Amino acid sequence: MLDWLISLWSDPNTRWILLGCTLLGLGSGVIGSFTFLRRESLLGDTLAHAALPGVCVAFMLHEVKSASLFLLGALFAGIAAVLCVSAISRWTRIKSDAAMGIVLTFFFGVGTVMLTHIQHSGSGSQSGLDKYLFGQAAAMVTGDVYLLMGVSVLLILAAMLLFKEFKLISFDPGFARGIGLPVGLLEHAMLILTTIAVAAGIQAVGVVLVAALLITPAAAARYWTDRLPVMLLYAGLFGAVSGAAGAAVSTLGEGIPTGPVTVLAATLLFVLSLLLAPGRGLISRGLRRRILKADYARSAERGALNAAEGGSRK
Amino acid sequence: MNRETKRETASAPLSVTGMTVAYQKKAVVENVSFTLPEGRLVALIGPNGAGKSTLLKAVLGLVPSISGSVAIYGDTYKKMRSRVGYVPQRESVDWDFPTDALDVVMMGRYGHLGWIKRPGRKEKELAMNTLEKVGMADFARRQISQLSGGQQQRVFLARALAQEADLYVMDEPFAGVDAATEKAIIALLGELKRAGKTVLVVHHDLSTVEEYFDHVLLLNKKLIAAGPVETTFTPQLLHETYGGKLAIVSSSGREALVGE
Repeated sequence: MLDWLISLWSDPNTRWILLGCTLLGLGSGVIGSFTFLRRESLLGDTLAHAALPGVCVAFMLHEVKSASLFLLGALFAGIAAVLCVSAISRWTRIKSDAAMGIVLTFFFGVGTVMLTHIQHSGSGSQSGLDKYLFGQAAAMVTGDVYLLMGVSVLLILAAMLLFKEFKLISFDPGFARGIGLPVGLLEHAMLILTTIAVAAGIQAVGVVLVAALLITPAAAARYWTDRLPVMLLYAGLFGAVSGAAGAAVSTLGEGIPTGPVTVLAATLLFVLSLLLAPGRGLISRGLRRRILKADYARSAERGALNAAEGGSRK
Repeated sequence: MNRETKRETASAPLSVTGMTVAYQKKAVVENVSFTLPEGRLVALIGPNGAGKSTLLKAVLGLVPSISGSVAIYGDTYKKMRSRVGYVPQRESVDWDFPTDALDVVMMGRYGHLGWIKRPGRKEKELAMNTLEKVGMADFARRQISQLSGGQQQRVFLARALAQEADLYVMDEPFAGVDAATEKAIIALLGELKRAGKTVLVVHHDLSTVEEYFDHVLLLNKKLIAAGPVETTFTPQLLHETYGGKLAIVSSSGREALVGE
């Protein structure tokens, strides 16, 4: 185990990939906290699945595999998907969760058809686009890592600078509008940041599972604290650890895709948080209940005893 | 409209003209016009579904109106926004949000702080003071889900106070609160009035209107009447507002009114 970790670190290429995935997890965890608190978790998943046709179109147009081109494609496709969702929930009686379900599967279906088409064409068989389904961090080159770094810095910087505004539109958008914040603009900004996080993550984690990097670390972080800044910190940390775990296992070279491992790591952290977190965790809550019950039983007993004594003295 | 009322309208805390709001073709608020006198406590009353909350939200630009205009101290809401404090309905937010009472109150300062800047010592002090005013100083660091309904309502009031506004708009602050909170809110309303502030409150309990408020607006989609409590809060006008839903019970020589 230790040897493996040392060998990971000594290979410069692996080190880069590890760094890239760690930063990706960090940025996604931080921005995902707001998505989680705004109860838009499914939106992240819609964005991620919508990214697949975007990536395919970008490849078909340029016939090259480039992370930044794919990011752009995923970004446009994500925005298109969100527009579809808001159009459906606005002009029909269908609620937004159903609208997201429809749009998510439709985009993913279109993407899968495109992907199959590309795989069967001459240039496509070499493209490795199928790796975008579940992610293959080991296939990343230095340029991809730079892109991930840039994206992570952008996400964290935005969350820091607009912290107070993002907090208010997440907690009480009506009040935010009342004091004159451009709530619509801020919501769009947050949506675009989320889309960027998702789009940047698909190469490493894959379109199917990348949403987990937004939601699961945030859900786990919520267990450890009642303060938003601390929650962002924990979510970033959990995301980073998950991303690193996925990358590390993926570089073993046994063909294990990065996405599933990342998700497993994130989910493990979530389950541990659910059980062990002081205060909100299940074990802590169970213990508190038990102590409370014991205390109550004891004081009731004492009360009965006192009453009996008082009675006999009379 | 004669010349005198026109002059009054120019500087009034809130003047609404011809406000109509509709959700999908159905008018919820229809052609409502009124002017609030300065330094008064005003109750907005009417039966369920009369459009009380909608009217408030339309005034604050939170829901789009089909027609009508709003003037605040004689200018547009956009320009006068910092002079308006808003207390939304308590159920409108998720109280499990990771934040504490003091932090929520400090949100009242965000409009004054501007972009990027974080609240500092000055904002914290002001927030503590307003928490004290609503009797919640001891709960400043309490996570908001661990507060009772009444305490949450007081935190919302403190947040509006922290806005240091001149016109306060409150959406059902008395809904589902305990006696202690009701008392705290009344004391606060009195204090606001003494400081020359104007307060518009959506109110449900007809039995306390005369005790708590100076002015009433009677709304049932349309504005039925507006004016001082003594002349406007009459059984006849209330009947007109509530229709058959109102029962007038006479007890101990004094008329009591029971809505719904």
